[in-house]
Amino acid sequence: MKGLIAIFLAAILTENYVLCKFLGICPFLGVSKKLGTAFGMSVSVTLVMVMATAATWPIYTYILVPKNMEYLQTLVFILVIAALVQLVEIILKKLIPPLYNALGIYLPLITTNCAVLGVTMLVIEKGQADASFGYVQSLVNAFGAGIGFLVAMVMFAGVRERIEHCDVPESLKGLPITLVAASLVSLSFMGFTGVVENLLA
Amino acid sequence: MNDIIFAVGLVSAIGLSVGLILAIASAVFFVPKDEKAERIQEILPGANCGACGFSGCSGYAKALSEGKAKVGLCSPGGAEVAQKLDDFLGTKSENVEYKVALVHCLGSFDNTSNKMNYQGIHSCSSALQLSGGVGSCFYGCMGFGDCAKVCEHDAITVCNGVASINPEKCVGCTKCVQACPKHLISCVSKRQQAVVRCSNCDKGAETRKVCKTGCIGCMRCVKACPKGAVRIENFHAIVDPEKCIGCGKCIEVCKQGCITMFEPD
Repeated sequence: MKGLIAIFLAAILTENYVLCKFLGICPFLGVSKKLGTAFGMSVSVTLVMVMATAATWPIYTYILVPKNMEYLQTLVFILVIAALVQLVEIILKKLIPPLYNALGIYLPLITTNCAVLGVTMLVIEKGQADASFGYVQSLVNAFGAGIGFLVAMVMFAGVRERIEHCDVPESLKGLPITLVAASLVSLSFMGFTGVVENLLA
Repeated sequence: MNDIIFAVGLVSAIGLSVGLILAIASAVFFVPKDEKAERIQEILPGANCGACGFSGCSGYAKALSEGKAKVGLCSPGGAEVAQKLDDFLGTKSENVEYKVALVHCLGSFDNTSNKMNYQGIHSCSSALQLSGGVGSCFYGCMGFGDCAKVCEHDAITVCNGVASINPEKCVGCTKCVQACPKHLISCVSKRQQAVVRCSNCDKGAETRKVCKTGCIGCMRCVKACPKGAVRIENFHAIVDPEKCIGCGKCIEVCKQGCITMFEPD
């Protein structure tokens, strides 16, 4: 249990996919203008991350590895993630229309989100390095990665809403000041290095 | 060679199976689409302004297709869209009433003054943070033009410290109504009528101190109106647009000059 908590916290703080691994920067900059949309996007990313890991891990372990087809990993994973996102979309549209309407365009956009592919591939890399890192650990890691994405998005949406009310120099308006702010937020996350290990030591 | 064939076969198999699952899922979770609503939405301008009272153009299209809404609620679309909708739905809408935005303040620098020399960010919402705005009238227009910034039709100009809206250019999208932090802008019907151009909620004596043209709630207009369309609420006059016939009697008796005739045409 302690190990799972450590994995979860590490995925949020020290291995934050957006701020420490620099994956999924596109939605991070694109949809963080408003708190509401940032939250909706992160929730759907979390959902897809967990589902994608749940589907790709068995495919890799039980189909690709025995046949020595590890090199097909990227191709197969993208295929599975794209299909999964479509499936989630179809099901949501039928069962929870309000959530479907709220997520809107963000749901199909996640298909091409590199953070999702990154999570599924990195958990397998971790599993190869450490034999105790199995299916459950992978799922917890994926969920933590999603929550980490949410934390980064929501926090940065707050930062951006503050920037809106600031007198930014003409040449820095728009994307430049956003990138400067993003780098500062990322820098602040460097401060979490070593926190999780020592917290649960 | 066998490896290649197996790899191709494996990826194809996975692709086929997920495709099959998707096909089954889309059949099981089939949602019937409202094609009529979609066609209507194509006719609507897509401003998503909410002036019609529905949640964006899709909401209005849905209500129209179900027959729950009237044609002609779309201000940005105007007569053109109303005509197209009539053609499509086979309805006949009569004298559709269009709305345009109006600023309920005449507090230019000639009539009122600023209580401070504001040097901050040039926006109403920022100036409002500083003890409720820069004008000596708490309720009046601050003239930094937050409304003009959001207007997509170039209809709003800030002149001499107060915003004014050109009814010729305004399409009634209500963006400025939402943008004004003092809530001075509202949408009125595009026809001749008397409008009160003051929103001051202080008592007459207080209002007189800060603005030459502020409504002091003297009741002269209320007495003069033949239709009983004017009333005093929160120490300033309000004209009921439903009852106003545009006779101009209230304007004649108003000593403050805060009621004007709205003549868009």
